[in-house]
Amino acid sequence: MISFSLNDTAKAFLLSIAMLIAVLGAWELATPAAKSAGELSEYEMLTGGGGQQASVPAPSQVITKAIDELSNPFYDNGPNDKGIGIQLAYSLYRVLTGYFLAALIAIPVGFLIGMSPIMYKALDPFIQVLRPISPLAWMPLALFIIKDSQASAIFVIFICSIWPMLINTAFGVANVRKDWVNVAKTHELSHLKTAFLVILPAAAPTILTGMRISIGIAWLVIVAAEMLVGGTGIGYYVWNEWNNLDLTSVIFSILMIGIVGMVLDTIFAFIQRAVQFQE
Amino acid sequence: MSKSFIEVTGLTKRFPAPKGGEPLTVFENANFGIEKGEFVCIIGHSGCGKSTIMNILAGLDQPTEGGIVMGGKEVSGPSLDRGVVFQNYSLLPWLSALKNVMFGVRARHPEWSRSQVYEHSQKYLEMVGLTGGAEHRKPAQLSGGMRQRVSIARAFAIQPQLLLLDEPFGALDALTRGTIQDELTRIWSGSEQTVFMITHDVDEAILLSDRILLMTNGPYARVAESVVVDIPRPRDRAEIIHNPGYYKIRNHLVEFLARRSKELAGNREHSGEPPVTVRPAKDDADDKERQSTSRPKLVSIAS
Repeated sequence: MISFSLNDTAKAFLLSIAMLIAVLGAWELATPAAKSAGELSEYEMLTGGGGQQASVPAPSQVITKAIDELSNPFYDNGPNDKGIGIQLAYSLYRVLTGYFLAALIAIPVGFLIGMSPIMYKALDPFIQVLRPISPLAWMPLALFIIKDSQASAIFVIFICSIWPMLINTAFGVANVRKDWVNVAKTHELSHLKTAFLVILPAAAPTILTGMRISIGIAWLVIVAAEMLVGGTGIGYYVWNEWNNLDLTSVIFSILMIGIVGMVLDTIFAFIQRAVQFQE
Repeated sequence: MSKSFIEVTGLTKRFPAPKGGEPLTVFENANFGIEKGEFVCIIGHSGCGKSTIMNILAGLDQPTEGGIVMGGKEVSGPSLDRGVVFQNYSLLPWLSALKNVMFGVRARHPEWSRSQVYEHSQKYLEMVGLTGGAEHRKPAQLSGGMRQRVSIARAFAIQPQLLLLDEPFGALDALTRGTIQDELTRIWSGSEQTVFMITHDVDEAILLSDRILLMTNGPYARVAESVVVDIPRPRDRAEIIHNPGYYKIRNHLVEFLARRSKELAGNREHSGEPPVTVRPAKDDADDKERQSTSRPKLVSIAS
């Protein structure tokens, strides 16, 4: 069995590599090669070797850029030129701050809603109305009230990551098997002990699913939020490089957004596995 | 009549009808007692309210009317004095077998040190034969029989005054069931534990219990008979079937379940009476006496 699955994994891995090579190869071939210096027209020399039309860079150029950026990720040459590491760190700081503030509220409130059917019914209409609002729609209001673009970005992350955690926590808590609650009852556990010793571990996999969805959404939203707010962060970086017409950097940063998102998701998947139990 | 350890009086459970109309009366005016140290089984068809009676005894459900007094105190909610083993084991799946038992012990003795809790739990796991690494496995990694052993260990480890077993062997295969029944008898005989158990298995009831309560079919079910199992202990699975009383009891039970539980169903004439005591395995002399006193009564119920 194990040798089989290993075999399959190896096959899938090889296939992934082959697809990557094929796509990058096609992309590379489709990109017109930069002309060598000797063939430059007068106009091209005046514009520093640039073509009349900017073109999508070849993967080789992106890779060169990546190596260049990643070899010195934390340089800081003023507000318009910071290393990719610094930009990502700003984004991560905002995401994690907003996210953990949201968790701090969503999990206890979700617990309350899950435990009490009345609270569930009472809060449900508010949740249903607030949940579908695009987090960016809050931005003007946040900017006006908070009067700080940094904090507003954090608020936007807060508001977008609260719902999946809240709803999943409430759902997980409300659906804890009655048998387990009965075990707590027959053992004369206090409400607090029941919550921590029985309901929390029983609902943990569902709560973690909500937390994993939330971190994914938060990472999606931060890019857009930082494009609006500006100043620092990976979202600002993408937009800034677009304004610089540096498409190599744009593609490189898109790739970095994907990689960081994947790492965040992997971390939560790992925690999720740790609290998972088999019935 | 002296008071029993557990007195069930006038116990009634009605469920409100879905759309107005008559409420559904599962059982009505059930009266019976359980003595200290007694092993009592209750048998009846599905829907007669056995599980509801057990849940009320456990304090997880409320009766519509009537009540239960245990050791002079009214049963009003769940308590560690009444341990429960559910059919589906109800172990906490995120804890190992040992931790599940420790969970119960810690709830019972919050003042104990970790090592005391550990040793006490280990002792009861050894009693049910769960050692050698198996105690560190999660319930999902244990067989059904092993899981039920853990449940039994947890229930015995909190040393309740009354142990409630809700069809504890219902989900097990016949061979495993036999082994665990033997283990249960062995642990029970050394403990003077009062046990109230639901079962569907007539042979299991005879093997384990001192007395078997028979319920008529619902609605308006009631505890109609209390069958005394006059077979000396210790009982052995292989030996018991050679006891002359065994088949008398067995036939009586099967006859009740197959025929009279239906005939008596819905009959409210004897509502509120304590169950008729029947001793099918008593010596012939006593047998005649029994027949003269209780047989006419039974016939009148059946008609």
